[in-house]
Amino acid sequence: MNQLRIGRGRYASLNDRVFDTVNILLMLLLVVVTLYPFVNTLAISFNDAIDSVSGGIYLWPRVFTLDNYAHVFQQSQILNATMISILRTVIGTVVQVFCSAMVAYTISRPEFVLRKFVSITFILTMYFSGGLIPTFLLMRDLHLIGTFAIYIIPGLIGVFNLIVIRSFIEGLPEGIIESARIDGAGEFMTFIRIVLPLTVPVLATVALFAGVYQWNSWFDVFLYNSSKKHLSTLQYELMRILQNTNSQSSSRQVDFFAQAANRGQTVTPKAIRATMTIVASVPIILVYPFLQKYFVHGMTVGGVKE
Amino acid sequence: MMSVPFVIWLIIFRYVPVWGWIMAFQDHKPGRSIWDQKWVGFKHFEFLFTDDSFYRVMRNTLAMGFIHLVLGFVTAITLAILLNELRSIVFKRTVQTISYLPHFISWVVASSIITTALHPEEGIINEILVWLGIIDKPIMWMGEGKYFWGIYGLSVVWKDLGWNTIVYLAAITMIDPAQYEAAEIDGAGRFRRIWHITLPGMKPVIVVLLIMNVGQILEFGVETQLLLRNPMNMDYAETLELFVLRWGIEQGNFSFATAAGIFKTVISVILLFIANGIAKRLGEARLF
Repeated sequence: MNQLRIGRGRYASLNDRVFDTVNILLMLLLVVVTLYPFVNTLAISFNDAIDSVSGGIYLWPRVFTLDNYAHVFQQSQILNATMISILRTVIGTVVQVFCSAMVAYTISRPEFVLRKFVSITFILTMYFSGGLIPTFLLMRDLHLIGTFAIYIIPGLIGVFNLIVIRSFIEGLPEGIIESARIDGAGEFMTFIRIVLPLTVPVLATVALFAGVYQWNSWFDVFLYNSSKKHLSTLQYELMRILQNTNSQSSSRQVDFFAQAANRGQTVTPKAIRATMTIVASVPIILVYPFLQKYFVHGMTVGGVKE
Repeated sequence: MMSVPFVIWLIIFRYVPVWGWIMAFQDHKPGRSIWDQKWVGFKHFEFLFTDDSFYRVMRNTLAMGFIHLVLGFVTAITLAILLNELRSIVFKRTVQTISYLPHFISWVVASSIITTALHPEEGIINEILVWLGIIDKPIMWMGEGKYFWGIYGLSVVWKDLGWNTIVYLAAITMIDPAQYEAAEIDGAGRFRRIWHITLPGMKPVIVVLLIMNVGQILEFGVETQLLLRNPMNMDYAETLELFVLRWGIEQGNFSFATAAGIFKTVISVILLFIANGIAKRLGEARLF
């Protein structure tokens, strides 16, 4: 069949060739539209701040410098935000993957009588929620506002991830789990020793989703922890910089430039913004292409099976 | 047994907030328990429906939700089909990997990129449009409300186009190759094969995703709008969720904001059922 198509491709009609050419051009356009903004931001972040003001930086820095990055990381606030971002990503991901896998394992066991009920209770929450305000008040009543825990606890289990892991576990040969039972392993030991190692491929998928979610979160910081400077994240710091560039010269920004000026350095909002944009996105850009196989599989399973 | 703590977690964090809906029928005073509040019936809902800004907010939410839904589906399905028609596997893989990129960055990063591209003096969009002679002078894209819906639509497409093709491409690989072979022998050209084989093969997935997304129409509207809005385009940018945020968190009127939130959830569930019902009527795949 493949051979047939390739064979015909060689003698493709004019129509076919026009189609292919247009198609390839469209794809190239897509690639350019997707990549250009990143390349351009990267170029500006490595270009001298004062020089950038005159514009005309497209794909490559004109006056190369590392100063912008030096400025950004000399800010204790940014350094601290980077730490918080890394912490919440690592802890949040590990905890979410472990907890979701545990629940997925229980609801995949045929002998668990409440299996159906528990699954539905979880899945229902995908379609409705209490909403912003009741959730906010709940967090306040639980005294989670202004704490690091608020980044981790409300996101303990991701329902979508739960479904993905469950369908994977259900696809495992039943005999493996049974044999562990016969050897006298308890539920928890079976889970740790047998189920977890076998589900590594799907856990990688879920870890990517959870990690991306944690790294990119800013709305919870904005909502619950905006007054706690020490719990700010990189995304939230970038957001503040963006909002400040829009509504010129807030006290924070004046601070920022005053500090830089004291050190005899020159920074501009444009350069800082580009640099922060790169800092906030680079870890994920570097990781995702290697996990492509996994997330494509995870999306397919989770998207089709509900 | 292991799942017990997590079911408790689920009830606390996902179901207790629904309990908070009671607030919408009370005049919530901070510092008192939910039993100790004054009951006011549907007062907050009545006030909501008589508030002029509520209609503006509804218009924005529905318009942007609709744009998001339609534009998102059409572009993703088209891209999936075009990718499937590429002859070079390496080229296809490369385009796919690159197209997933914007999905993985946060909306904060995306909004930074979007506002940079649309900047009146330095933005690449204005430079290209002026260079092509389409406009004579740069436009303040972010400064006028009338452009906001379009900017929103293009932003969500830019960010999630590639990502949304994953499920469609998976559906295409499930199509029996023999069908294409037969069509080819019958002399069906490229477009007819796409129309008669590829699209029908994707239909069940398209329908299920449409139903799920119709239920989400009012929910598209926090992060993106919150980040892209500014005082100049506010009239077109404020959505129901931002309305809730403004009344609840900024003004402290929890009861009124909750009423608006309930309205949103109830409409979402109704839309989900309607979409599911229509799919059932038409004999299509459906969610439940």
